[in-house]
Amino acid sequence: MRHIISILMENEAGALSRVAGLFSARGYNIESLTVAPTEDESLSRMTLVTWGTEEVVEQITKQLNKLIDVVKLMDMYEGPHIEREMMLIKLRAVNAGRQEIKRLADIFRGRVIDVTDTVYTIEVTGTSDKLDAFVKAITPTDIIEVVRSGVTGIARGEKSLRV
Amino acid sequence: MELTGADIFVRCLADEGVEYLFGYPGGAVLHIYDALYQQDKFKHVLVRHEQAATHAADGYARSTGKPGVVLVTSGPGATNAVTGIATAYMDSIPLVVFTGQVPTPLIGNDAFQEVDSVGITRPCVKHNFLVKDVNDLAITIKKAFYVATTGRPGPVVVDIPKDVTAQKASYHYPKRVSMRSYNPVTKGHPRQIKKAIDLMLAAKRPMLYTGGGVILSNASRPLTELTRVLGYPITNTLMGLGAYPATDKQCLGMLGMHGTYEANMGMHNCDVLIAIGARFDDRVTGNVEKFCPTAKIIHIDIDPASISKNVKVDVPIVGPVDQVLREMLKVLKESKQKPDTTALKAWWKQIEEWRAMDCLKYDHDSDLIKPQYVLERLYEVTGGKAYVTSDVGQHQMWAAQFYKFDKPNRWINSGGLGTMGFGFPAAMGVQFAHPQETVACVTGEGSIQMCIQEMSTCRQYGLPIKIINLNNGCLGMVRQWQEFFYQGRYAMSYMESLPDFVKLAESYGHVGMQITRPEDVESALKEAFAMKDRLVFMDFLTDQAENVYPMIPAGAGQNEMILV
Repeated sequence: MRHIISILMENEAGALSRVAGLFSARGYNIESLTVAPTEDESLSRMTLVTWGTEEVVEQITKQLNKLIDVVKLMDMYEGPHIEREMMLIKLRAVNAGRQEIKRLADIFRGRVIDVTDTVYTIEVTGTSDKLDAFVKAITPTDIIEVVRSGVTGIARGEKSLRV
Repeated sequence: MELTGADIFVRCLADEGVEYLFGYPGGAVLHIYDALYQQDKFKHVLVRHEQAATHAADGYARSTGKPGVVLVTSGPGATNAVTGIATAYMDSIPLVVFTGQVPTPLIGNDAFQEVDSVGITRPCVKHNFLVKDVNDLAITIKKAFYVATTGRPGPVVVDIPKDVTAQKASYHYPKRVSMRSYNPVTKGHPRQIKKAIDLMLAAKRPMLYTGGGVILSNASRPLTELTRVLGYPITNTLMGLGAYPATDKQCLGMLGMHGTYEANMGMHNCDVLIAIGARFDDRVTGNVEKFCPTAKIIHIDIDPASISKNVKVDVPIVGPVDQVLREMLKVLKESKQKPDTTALKAWWKQIEEWRAMDCLKYDHDSDLIKPQYVLERLYEVTGGKAYVTSDVGQHQMWAAQFYKFDKPNRWINSGGLGTMGFGFPAAMGVQFAHPQETVACVTGEGSIQMCIQEMSTCRQYGLPIKIINLNNGCLGMVRQWQEFFYQGRYAMSYMESLPDFVKLAESYGHVGMQITRPEDVESALKEAFAMKDRLVFMDFLTDQAENVYPMIPAGAGQNEMILV
């Protein structure tokens, strides 16, 4: 099953490679990984999407917790949560296609953020599923470039991941 | 007053109470060596290869429970140390390894003797640090010792660029250090302990399975007491030998691939398995699908990640083995319930039947020296009191089977990584830590050659180690597998052109002996061990065809042993 694991870690050189190294050394899957500083500059927050059996995911969280740089972590799938991913997608947009793409973007609540005579660049935010659906809705030959941020997530309600 | 980084380094080690620093100088650590030259708080031991420095520090750590400390230079100094670091990591041994690094402005420039030490060692350390500012040096060293020695111990690498050792800072070495991201468990959960006791007392066919964690946690005493109070059979892993007296009748010896029949059959047939400071290694479990099919499993371990990693357990207890066992003893004393003596009697009867198979028997009438016989005599001649280090292979298994360790910290071997070349330098560390004790290194002609240069170090420091070289002229364990599983195609397992070990030992200034007949084994051992102040290299020419039995073949269950 798919899991989203959020990690607060010491904002130190090499911390990212410890996590990446752990995953490759132990053969765990990584679907996406994002990392950025937090409001507390001594900490960075990483969001990692992985999948595996319950036993494997339990080992993953234990092994992550064992890393000395990891301060705290939370498996978002343990409770209600919100996940978001952002995609920038550059599309060939000419003639009638321009209208069609604009309409599709509206349906997915995307925004056109850059325009030329032949190209639209659209920003879409949502769950990974939603982004997948948007890509699927576009004629493949119209897609020039796709870039996705990877998933970030946060727990719903009072629950929070903080030191 | 401000001190240079090099002086701070030396002061930190002195304040940490370090006795021995095992190392080898080089360009990046010259400032440090200059500072070492001008101090007398602790001793520096000059090895002949950095791998040996880490193994020696490791032997020191295993035999004392204190951290081993190493200093090597950048680049090849660091890479040579990696094997020893990985060895310590796999067996959870506390080491602090300092590696020199090129000056900070040169890092990343492919400078002379530059290597990314933090990157290279990352997968085989508990943690590592790169010190970029001399003001962080002392606190980082403190953190390194703290991380290495607490929780589940392990090696920590501190990489120090050369310019940092020249820069100046004021010196303050903190007594204590805390890290928000590292808080090892100090107590097992009382409810889990109670639950475990209930399950243990309800057992009809209980089995205690204990590992290196008992020794690391210094928990031999409470383990022995608990085992005796319960009256249950106990088996030790390769790493756990000596935690419970091997000569006691409740002890079934070692378990696993080359463990005893009674231990493995006891494991396979038990209904409650009490795993203590052991990690369900594949050499212990055999095929996990067939492992302890009828048992409820209790597992005590300091490392939550060890729990249910290989085998799903029913009652996990995360905590220091020592504290948990003491707590268990307390709960047990207060409990009205007692072990089921009737069931236990029947269980012991069954175990004694297995024990009567005498699975370690071997041919005593051979004209050739049997390696098992050498180890039996070694045990007798040393009165079972020696510190025994070993390398890796057949001799290691025979030593584990035939030398009965009654005390912890006496059996020093590379269990997890299986590092050939470990035994001899490890013995140096043990001998430094225990100058008055007898230290024997059981090895083979393959393993000993991997770190044989250390005979020079032994000469320099007058280390009277006794080397028991079980020389069968082939890489015995490789040969054994080739005989069993590769139809006797002995690919590269025979060495030609072995050195004359007697002359070799003599050329280093030691005593060499070659023993070729069974009837000379005992007298040679007596003669050698009587030489209290000399290193003696005993080259025993042993039976090449001898194999280690019993054996659980790969993929088999613990009840599917090959006996002789």
